[in-house]
Amino acid sequence: MQDSIMSTLFLIQLLNGLQLGVLLFLLAAGLTLVFGIMDFVNLAHGSLYMIGAFICASLTFLTGSFVWGVLLAIPIVAVIGYFFEVLIVRHLYESNHLDHVLATFGIILIADTLVQLTWGPEGIAIPLPDYLSGQVEILPDIIFPTFRLVIISSGLLIAAGLYWLITYTRLGMLIRAGASNRTMVSALGVDISTLFAGVFALGAVLAGVAGMLIAPITEATIGMGNDIIITAFVVIIVGGIGSMKGAFIAAVLIGIIDTLGRSFLKDILELFMESASAATAGPALSSMLIYIIMAIVLALRPQGLFPPKVR
Amino acid sequence: MSFVNVPDNLEKHLQAPRLFGVGRARIATIIIMLLLLVLPLLAWAMGNKFYLDFSVRMICLAIAAVSLNLILGFGGMVSFGHAAFVGIGAYAVGIPSYHGYESAWLHFPLAMIAAALFALITGAISLRTKGVYFIMITMAFAQMAYYFFLSLEEYGGDDGMTLWSRSDFGIIDISDGLTFFLFCYSLLAICIYMTFRIVHSRFGMVLRGCNSNESRMKALGYNTYAYRLTAYVISGAMCGLAGALIANLQDFITAVLIEEVLSAYTIYWALPFGIILIFSVLFVKGGVNGLIQRGWQGGGKS
Repeated sequence: MQDSIMSTLFLIQLLNGLQLGVLLFLLAAGLTLVFGIMDFVNLAHGSLYMIGAFICASLTFLTGSFVWGVLLAIPIVAVIGYFFEVLIVRHLYESNHLDHVLATFGIILIADTLVQLTWGPEGIAIPLPDYLSGQVEILPDIIFPTFRLVIISSGLLIAAGLYWLITYTRLGMLIRAGASNRTMVSALGVDISTLFAGVFALGAVLAGVAGMLIAPITEATIGMGNDIIITAFVVIIVGGIGSMKGAFIAAVLIGIIDTLGRSFLKDILELFMESASAATAGPALSSMLIYIIMAIVLALRPQGLFPPKVR
Repeated sequence: MSFVNVPDNLEKHLQAPRLFGVGRARIATIIIMLLLLVLPLLAWAMGNKFYLDFSVRMICLAIAAVSLNLILGFGGMVSFGHAAFVGIGAYAVGIPSYHGYESAWLHFPLAMIAAALFALITGAISLRTKGVYFIMITMAFAQMAYYFFLSLEEYGGDDGMTLWSRSDFGIIDISDGLTFFLFCYSLLAICIYMTFRIVHSRFGMVLRGCNSNESRMKALGYNTYAYRLTAYVISGAMCGLAGALIANLQDFITAVLIEEVLSAYTIYWALPFGIILIFSVLFVKGGVNGLIQRGWQGGGKS
């Protein structure tokens, strides 16, 4: 009996981990594209995640439907991402990483304040339609919230779409070429600045969608992007900067490890520690877990687990 | 690629920043340091005690900034984990006083040694990486330090810990506002002077050489890794000192010091600060110091 409860819990946490991983992938995909192709460190990527969530919240209340909210918010976030690139980011490509970090940190501060001025300091909960807010029995005796399944499946769908886009389309070919040799692509007559703006807008949409998907669970709150963006950076470093495949695998890995660590590390430590010290060390160690993984990966294999082929 | 790339404005490099044999930035530093000494003392004399504490806060941040400047400005190492040293320095004051050891002769050396040790260990790993990877790995170590101190339930955990009294030096009493201000001020002056001496020493020349062209320094036979690591440790120790001072200033320590040592100070100023940050990066290359130097050059030409 004890065993079956444990394995049920394990399976559910595995799915929760997959759900976190999928969200991380949506963020990391944009980050790794922008970073791999334009060599631009965008700390403000999390702000797009937050803005996506807030816009979706407003549109949901306006239209009365979450699905319409998401569908209408996507083009708006794309436009915001496009202008963000044209107005600010474009002027920073020439400068070094420190300038990128400082400038985008400034953008985070501005975005947080603007969102607070527009929507107020309180978080906004997004109501789900009835057919999404229930629970389903995925296996006998194992029930799981429908909406989390929706997140997982839409994330996997987007991942598949991205794979198709990058591997089989002309745009994807240009993106890959840009990632491996930017100068050559522009020498061959490709309008590199439009390509960059497009890629940036695509990344913004992915981040925005991640924010819209998580908002019904956690509420849209100010600064929601700042915590998860650090984890997303961990993902792209572990996966190898510029690599879509690496971002996907690392996102799922980090999502699952983080979730499982938070739920089971304390119990595992109790096997060979006093329960009092395990209760202290467990939460600390599980919060550190992904950073420890990243430090190990960076120390042993600085280019990440699946670096893109660069000539 | 030529092996000898002389900068176009070599002559300017050699001559421009000198004014009667003293660097312009150096004059600006001296003026600012004088203002930092005189203005708070004036305010104190007129009964505005608040500005004394306010200036101490500026001084603490200035020490942290000077230490960061040593590795970032001169060494070219963009560390994102410097706040960890501030936190370690603060806890090096807090944990001994919790156990009843209040001597500053213990607190301050412990803060610097602990921060230096942490810098040695994390630096040895971090410095194997470069560029954005270095940014991220230093940030990862800072996050680890953050969660470590957060988990110390005995020392307040996420509630933070309160210091009941300031560190005890015996000979001077830093719980007095004016004494503490002068004490911090002299430490800042020492730190600035030390950094100046380091940067202009042989060691500093190698460090700056590593920043501008590491492979050439390697080819010249320097162990660049060791030089960088040494600078990182010095910088960490200095930042630990800043942390010990901040702990004494606030009489309160929390792990949040590590998380947001920058943003916590700008909660109410987020929007203007963000705009200033972007504009300074976009339009004022080299920050305020660059502006001063260029202003002088422009004036000199006309």
